[in-house]
Amino acid sequence: MPTGVPIEFAGLTKRFGSVDAVSDLSFTVEPGRVTGFLGPNGAGKTTSLRMLLGLVAPTSGTATIGGVKYRDLESPLSTVGAALEAASFHPGRSARDHLRVYAKAARIDPQRVDIALATVGLSEYARRRVGGYSLGMRQRLGLAFALLGDPGVLVLDEPINGLDPEGIKWIRGFLRTLAAEGRTVLVSSHLLSEVQQSVDEVVIIARGALVHRGPLSSLEVEGAATKVIVDSPNREALLAALTAASASFEIARAGVLVSGLEPGEIGHIAFLAGVEVSSLHRQKSGLEDSFLALVGEGRSL
Amino acid sequence: MTMFIPALRAEIAKLLTTKIWWILAIILFLYVAGVSGGLGALFGFLSQSADADASGSAPPTDVLAPMLYGTVSTFGYVFPVLLGALAVTSEHRHQMLTPTFLATPKRGIVLAAKSVALLMFGAIYGVIGVIASVGAGAGALALFGLDTQLGESDTWAMIARAILALALWAVIGVGLGALIPNQVAAIVVILAFTQFVEPTLRALVSLAEWAATVGKFLPGAASDALLGAPSFFTMGMTGDSLEWWQGGLLLAALALVLTVLGYVVSWKRDVT
Repeated sequence: MPTGVPIEFAGLTKRFGSVDAVSDLSFTVEPGRVTGFLGPNGAGKTTSLRMLLGLVAPTSGTATIGGVKYRDLESPLSTVGAALEAASFHPGRSARDHLRVYAKAARIDPQRVDIALATVGLSEYARRRVGGYSLGMRQRLGLAFALLGDPGVLVLDEPINGLDPEGIKWIRGFLRTLAAEGRTVLVSSHLLSEVQQSVDEVVIIARGALVHRGPLSSLEVEGAATKVIVDSPNREALLAALTAASASFEIARAGVLVSGLEPGEIGHIAFLAGVEVSSLHRQKSGLEDSFLALVGEGRSL
Repeated sequence: MTMFIPALRAEIAKLLTTKIWWILAIILFLYVAGVSGGLGALFGFLSQSADADASGSAPPTDVLAPMLYGTVSTFGYVFPVLLGALAVTSEHRHQMLTPTFLATPKRGIVLAAKSVALLMFGAIYGVIGVIASVGAGAGALALFGLDTQLGESDTWAMIARAILALALWAVIGVGLGALIPNQVAAIVVILAFTQFVEPTLRALVSLAEWAATVGKFLPGAASDALLGAPSFFTMGMTGDSLEWWQGGLLLAALALVLTVLGYVVSWKRDVT
């Protein structure tokens, strides 16, 4: 079983003309975990990953895999597997031929081609020309390319885009499995909700700069402005009690949305007023809210 | 070197797993066979009637065979150029540079491997073209009872040089493709240059002595010089052409310069 090595970004900067697409980005991605690389569209995620993989030359700074630059890796595809965009195929070539070409270039055992195709569930379509593939199948073929060399490090750019619900469920489990095997898994996405079920760590960038990094749970603390939903069979009495306690609230579809109070405090108010409570809990969208607050709502490109 | 041989095998596999190489090979075969056989039949017919009428309008029959066999270069050289250019531009067009450079991060090795792969495929095109030009040409000559010259070593040396010429043209295509990564633009430039600009220039320069000294350096003229066969362009004009080895070196130098320029212009750029 290949073991992962850390990915390290150090002061990575890319300037296009006068625009900083990525500025002074530094963070480390550890093996054995799934790290979500998050940010709105145009935040510089893809450019950062392409610099890591030697496809785009950084203006300054470095990105290394186990301390080595991508272009200096002894056997790149067996060290790092990358899936970048869903359209990097010749439409006239079959999935099998596509992978065979790169297996030859990277000196990978040709038997790995069928194994990789089976892993992503494409065996049935392996001999069909890629031109007729759906977006979801192209995503899977991109993933098969990443897995070709059985690498210890995986870099996946928006791998969930274009997958059907079944595919999404499958890839979430698959990412967990890869990390549990000790591999380093870096997954980019512009939607936190898309990856929040599978990531352990988050790295969030906006406008090319790092805005947050830490475990997924760190986002809950950041999002302190969560609201509490409360409801009662006798809503009028509940509203009267809340008004009497000068709590600020609004009426929502799911109940009464109270801000600035903890669930316990609201329960106490209801108890003192003798009002029966049918539901009382924190609003669940805290992660997404703090993510949006971090990346600057409405300022995404 | 450890990455070069695998990269070369990958480049060969890329060519073999798509249709374009044999589509162009079939067109090359039919085109060259048609031109060589057709002209052979035409001149064979003319020389027969010339014998009867005793009016010498047809080319001398002793240069007819090499001229027909040489059509593989004079008319067929555009096909290896197209194959070479398409091998590069399809990488851009289908965004295949990403997986290519991920598998072989040292980009110079990829371009070198592509050039060598195309040198091999250009030679294969040369063999296919020679089968067409010699097969159809010799057939037409034999039909009119003219000498096919297939027993002479000079003929076979020229055939070998024709194969080398097409091999070099394929590498020139790689350089052009790297220099003009846009596939449509590359095809337009190649067709316009080989089918219109160069033939026009060669016809024009033959009108003046001073221009002919420059005109012999045109790529098509160098290719004909490499063959050492009388071509339809030099026929009956001021016989100013390079030595065969000079023509070969000129084509090789052109391939090298174009490829190096292409490497700088497009190949080492960011892949976004």
